[in-house]
Amino acid sequence: MASERMTGAEIVIKALVDLGVEVVFGYPGGAVLPIYDALFKQNRLRHILVRQEGGAVHAAEGYARSTGKVGVVLVTSGPGATNAVTGLTDALMDSIPIVCLTGQVATHLIGNDAFQECDTTGITRPCTKHNYLIKDVQNLGKTLHEAFYVAGSGRPGPVVVDLPKDVQFAEGDYEVPASAEHRTYKPRVKGEPKAIEEAVALLANAKKPIIYAGGGVINSGDKGSQLLTQFVRMTGYPCTLTLMGLGAYPASDNQFLGMLGMHGTYEANNAMHDCDVMACIGARFDDRVTGRLDAFAPGAKKIHIDIDPSSINKNVRVDVPIVGDVAHVLEDIIEIWKSKQCHTDGKALDAWWDQIAEWRSIKSLDFKQTGTIIKPQHAIRRLYEATKDRETYITTEVGQHQMWAAQHFPFDKPNHWMTSGGLGTMGYGLPAAVGVQLAHPDALVVDIAGEASTMMNIQELSTAMQYRAKIKVFILNNEYMGMVRQWQELLHGGRYSETYSEALPDFVKLAEAFGAVGLRAEKPDQLDDVIAEMIATDNAVVADICVDPAENCFPMIPSGAAHNDMLLGPEDEKAKPVSKDGMVLV
Amino acid sequence: MQEQIIERHTIAVLVDNEPGVLARVIGLFSGRGYNIESLTVSTVSEDKTVSRISIVTSGTPMIIEQIKAQLDRLVPVSAVRDLTEEGEHIEREVALIKVAAEGPQRRESLRIADIFRARVADTTVGSFVFMVTGTQEKIDAFTELMRALGEVEVSRSGVVAIARGSEVL
Ligand SMILES: Cc1ncc(C[n+]2csc(CCOP(=O)(O)OP(=O)(O)O)c2C)c(N)n1
Ligand SMILES: [Mg+2]
Repeated sequence: MASERMTGAEIVIKALVDLGVEVVFGYPGGAVLPIYDALFKQNRLRHILVRQEGGAVHAAEGYARSTGKVGVVLVTSGPGATNAVTGLTDALMDSIPIVCLTGQVATHLIGNDAFQECDTTGITRPCTKHNYLIKDVQNLGKTLHEAFYVAGSGRPGPVVVDLPKDVQFAEGDYEVPASAEHRTYKPRVKGEPKAIEEAVALLANAKKPIIYAGGGVINSGDKGSQLLTQFVRMTGYPCTLTLMGLGAYPASDNQFLGMLGMHGTYEANNAMHDCDVMACIGARFDDRVTGRLDAFAPGAKKIHIDIDPSSINKNVRVDVPIVGDVAHVLEDIIEIWKSKQCHTDGKALDAWWDQIAEWRSIKSLDFKQTGTIIKPQHAIRRLYEATKDRETYITTEVGQHQMWAAQHFPFDKPNHWMTSGGLGTMGYGLPAAVGVQLAHPDALVVDIAGEASTMMNIQELSTAMQYRAKIKVFILNNEYMGMVRQWQELLHGGRYSETYSEALPDFVKLAEAFGAVGLRAEKPDQLDDVIAEMIATDNAVVADICVDPAENCFPMIPSGAAHNDMLLGPEDEKAKPVSKDGMVLV
Repeated sequence: MQEQIIERHTIAVLVDNEPGVLARVIGLFSGRGYNIESLTVSTVSEDKTVSRISIVTSGTPMIIEQIKAQLDRLVPVSAVRDLTEEGEHIEREVALIKVAAEGPQRRESLRIADIFRARVADTTVGSFVFMVTGTQEKIDAFTELMRALGEVEVSRSGVVAIARGSEVL
């Protein structure tokens, strides 16, 4: 293809279009004016004007995670770029593909403390997968294509491209690069055959196996979830998922043990502790999952499938590491399993399932909805019942409501659950919901929120209104930063230092001020009506669900404890005080 | 339980010679709390597009493995070689050591320099600058001896290293 001559700003637009981008989340400013001018003159890209740059990145994350595409952000220099840093870090921790274009002062001013100058590549170096500063317009097109390749391939992540204003004005040549091949960056997708064979042998001989899968399965595309499901069904082995992995295996299936980890189910965590063979698939032995490391699955042979070699042997030593893309590796595993005519140890497996049934019978997620106060878990269950027959996407904020959503809202499909797992960013859910809704205009998109988190990015409700994104903000209003309050109970003698949500706005009126619809449920008997009205409303809705302010999130592995040492309820909390070592953990 | 033995490793890293690449490597070490005992960098390819970074670091075997995996993950990194693990290799360092001394001490410094095969790079009536090459230990030893003789200023290059044998990286 012949190259075309155009300005840097035009190259940006052209490259984005060539890369299949449809939506850009952004906010203008002096250092990106040429790009905004080029945006004005075209109609291929849709620009979504957010209300704060942090919201742009979270919206792009929601867009990316619900579509499998790269999310795109455009912000100005200085404060535009620094406002994006939280979202970039969030995307890095949760492996979300994002390309963030930042304006920069003109190249000859860089380093002079010019107006709205900041060292964007310096600031974002540790919170991106990679970043670029473009000093020559001739490199712009190629770099943009490379940025998308880096963001979306291998272990996905955020990439920043810093664009000085003079480069946006300068004329240069643009052509679509012939190949995406990179000289030094070459993610490995196929697993090593010998390791895969070893894994199959271990799995086939397991007596107490468990499949522990995570967000990597979802990042591996639809095929990842399909193959995981196929493999789990084929073997009859129990499967648990991380917070990031929910939806990768159907929650309604009997072989699903629920989420594992700090607020995972009793059966999932005990099965992790007692298993003899563990296959960790697209997950990373995060501290929220492992609990006390020296007591983590002590008797297990561990297999780890991950596309990122640095995830392997980072926290937990594994016996069979397999570097590769989940779908590719699972495909090979299934093929070898079939060709070797492997079969499982039926008797041992029956005994294992009997044991699991015993743990299950504890019903660790149970709660009692009695009296006149709405239990938050009940509200989520009712939300699920009312939405389960529609195409529903859930985003969350961060806190107790997030964990209750993970526990009580089952997902049978991938890409329908968007939550900030690694960074735990309050304020993620509302803008993420906007991004999801714009990608899926006809779907129901609900942000399961806490009242404190909602206040962190409430301005993005205005974005939702501007683009008719009919998101539903479902606030479990407990008038506390509930999760922090719970830890204060656990670790600090119930001294609720600064965790009461004082001076809250009237969320109904707040919604109305934005032009959205506000609803409120104060009593259990109002709940179903409010949910029904929320769903039926052809507008953005804020539903203020007044829930029990004292409820805590159980079961729980308190920090510093092992998987088989869970707190099942408030009584346990008193009986098992947190260890000194546990106190210092976050 | 995690192993607690601390090992010293010399790692060679080949990187694309682009702006910020050294900051990436150093940021990785500081951000993740790894040790850098020494780090040197210079372009090594004929067309100046590739740099080689030699890093001496220390940590538990698990940390050393992490360091290598994390380095390899950086986009502009094309090769990471653990010279310590891969077999025999040569490590050398260059140091320029200024010794301000007079009288017998001055003469003694020359004699010791001779033993260490250090060369005199600069002379004034009150000082010498010696250039000495060798292993870290040799330079440590030389510097120690010089300190006993007068005021000493030291500038060291950090370790450069290469594997023995005919294989070319
Ligand atoms: C940006 C940010 N600041 C602080 C925290 C620490 N934090 C974690 S949960 C939480 C409270 C959340 O309160 P709310 O949104 O009401 O949710 P709840 O736990 O009550 O359901 C806080 C402050 C965080 N996760 N993110
Ligand atoms: Mg709350």
